[in-house]
Amino acid sequence: MRANRPLLEVDRLRVEFPTRRGTLVAVDEISFHIDPGEVLGVVGESGAGKSLTGSAIIGLLEPPGRIAGGRILFDGSRIDDLPYEQMRRIRGKQIGAVFQDPLTSLNPLYSVGRQLIETITTHLDLSEGQARKRAIELLAEVGIPAPERRIDQYPHQFSGGMRQRVVIALALCANPRLIIADEPTTALDVSIQAQIIALLKKLCREHGTAVMLVTHDMGVIAETADRVAVMYAGRIAEIGPARQVIKQPLHPYTVGLMGSIPMVGTDADRLVQIEGAMPRLTEIPPGCAFNPRCPKVFERCRHDRPDLIRVGPASTACWLYDGQAGHD
Amino acid sequence: MTGKPAMTEPLLRVEGLARYFDVSPPWLNRVLEGQGRLVLKAVDGVSFTIPKGETFAIVGESGCGKSTVARLVVGLYRPSRGRIHFAGHDLGAMTTRAQMAPLRRKLQMIFQDPYASLNPRWRVADIIAEPIRAFGLLEGRPATTARVGELLRQVKLTPADGEKYPHEFSGGQRQRISIARALASQPEFLVCDEPTSALDVSVQAQILNLMKDLQRQLGLTYLFISHNLAVVYHISDRVAVMYLGRLAEVAPTRLLFRRPRHPYTRMLLDTIPDLGMTGRQRMPVAGEVPSPIDPPTGCAFHPRCPFANERCKAERPEPLPTPEGALVACHGVQEGRVPDAPIHAEVG
Repeated sequence: MRANRPLLEVDRLRVEFPTRRGTLVAVDEISFHIDPGEVLGVVGESGAGKSLTGSAIIGLLEPPGRIAGGRILFDGSRIDDLPYEQMRRIRGKQIGAVFQDPLTSLNPLYSVGRQLIETITTHLDLSEGQARKRAIELLAEVGIPAPERRIDQYPHQFSGGMRQRVVIALALCANPRLIIADEPTTALDVSIQAQIIALLKKLCREHGTAVMLVTHDMGVIAETADRVAVMYAGRIAEIGPARQVIKQPLHPYTVGLMGSIPMVGTDADRLVQIEGAMPRLTEIPPGCAFNPRCPKVFERCRHDRPDLIRVGPASTACWLYDGQAGHD
Repeated sequence: MTGKPAMTEPLLRVEGLARYFDVSPPWLNRVLEGQGRLVLKAVDGVSFTIPKGETFAIVGESGCGKSTVARLVVGLYRPSRGRIHFAGHDLGAMTTRAQMAPLRRKLQMIFQDPYASLNPRWRVADIIAEPIRAFGLLEGRPATTARVGELLRQVKLTPADGEKYPHEFSGGQRQRISIARALASQPEFLVCDEPTSALDVSVQAQILNLMKDLQRQLGLTYLFISHNLAVVYHISDRVAVMYLGRLAEVAPTRLLFRRPRHPYTRMLLDTIPDLGMTGRQRMPVAGEVPSPIDPPTGCAFHPRCPFANERCKAERPEPLPTPEGALVACHGVQEGRVPDAPIHAEVG
């Protein structure tokens, strides 16, 4: 049930890091879209480029990282080439962000309330008093007990989980249409994780907020995402409906990844082990980046780089499925 | 307790272990503002035993005291109360370094953060050789170098990696280095405090497989601290569920996951993500772990428990055995008023 126009469209996005020893390609021409109200999970291991994709979308790539190609469209208009000031207004108002480490998003010198109120008054036309009231409501909505007392406390007085809730409240300040959530539940306890996931789902449902959920946790994806993109070494290895990708993964990397997750009720003595590790950006092999670790590697994988091939409802970048192309 | 342990003596026996932290405001504030002392009961009366060769897991949410138990067992904290018997020796009675050394050698720890637990200025070979030198286990440099090479191979790295510095390794490789360092003193018992929480899943699988292999090869006993129920299910033989400094339930792994009894355990199990995509609606656990500074009276879980009654509010439940062989600290379970069916109650 796709809406007429996707809320976010990423088209052949390329993120590069120029270094003295040459240019490193961290995100290599990836394309995907997010519909209004949809949750797209982006999953992958550290260094796969998933967080950088998120940073590129909200225009917060750390220099020397830069967008070297492709386009990012938000609600039909390009946002990747906007001047800093214009992008700053979109960020927060239209696109909220929740980062991995709550401490980097919060200023330790200001009380939580001051940071929330500043964000609210920047984006919404509210008085200081109204903003404070909204800040308290937001803190309550993200599950912080006694918000009217906690609002005047400083970030260090909050536990890790509570800090992340504050960050989520910050992202929600201006009722954005898209939230980029980078590992929002990673630092949280399982029971709190479940609450945050429930909160994200509720937000999507009630406000029609779309979420790009960047995580390494397939469990979170299974609970939350409508569709999922699996990233490996800067490319999308597989993208499709979450249920499809989790239950019938196509790409050998996704298959290995799913097997390596311990599950309650599955009595395997050993977990599936993908040998080796994801290549560093300086040593991405030619052909398919996964080929040195792939159990099903064949000759073509070593020199030809596969693009996404449509297989049923999902797409995968793997030569195994080359013959099955054209189901579009 | 001295002398040789009896055959039936478990490798580790913890009795009534407690650790309190004084978190009072500074003296002047107490005097001026009339505040009293504040005591945080991180661990408040915990007893368990771990037989040799077993993997015993402690699972719980942050602040439940599971890491404090780990640190108490390896002697990084001194207990406020209770006793820790390791291989027949009472660790609390050991007051000097010299007394502790032979036991310390057999009792090693792996930490959660492989970035913070390795000295960035030391070469990996020196990091791993440190316990060998500290305990004087081998004479001379060649023997030590050979042993370090052997340890690196044991954790699936190469002896050449010993010449590098920690920053040259990925998180998973660093955790392997931590394991090699822990194994350097030929321990019998490893305390693993969230050893894979900082790692990617595929790397976690490698480390968990490695830990199982090492256990089989070296006959190791593990105390495994984790918040991840699926990891605990995979690796452990017995599981203790901790809540606010106390044990809620202790049971063999299969039994605990198949038939959890304590309402907290059951809620915790309900938070496991549904990777099978069965469409099961999970119940987020309502509320939060209360502050351990001012824990609820009676059963600490009663404010969140759908089955709590007056007795739960007043009287602290002790862990009592069930017919199946679990230990459950719950008045409701003992009185039979907690139904066995899954809890999908209205938990507000």
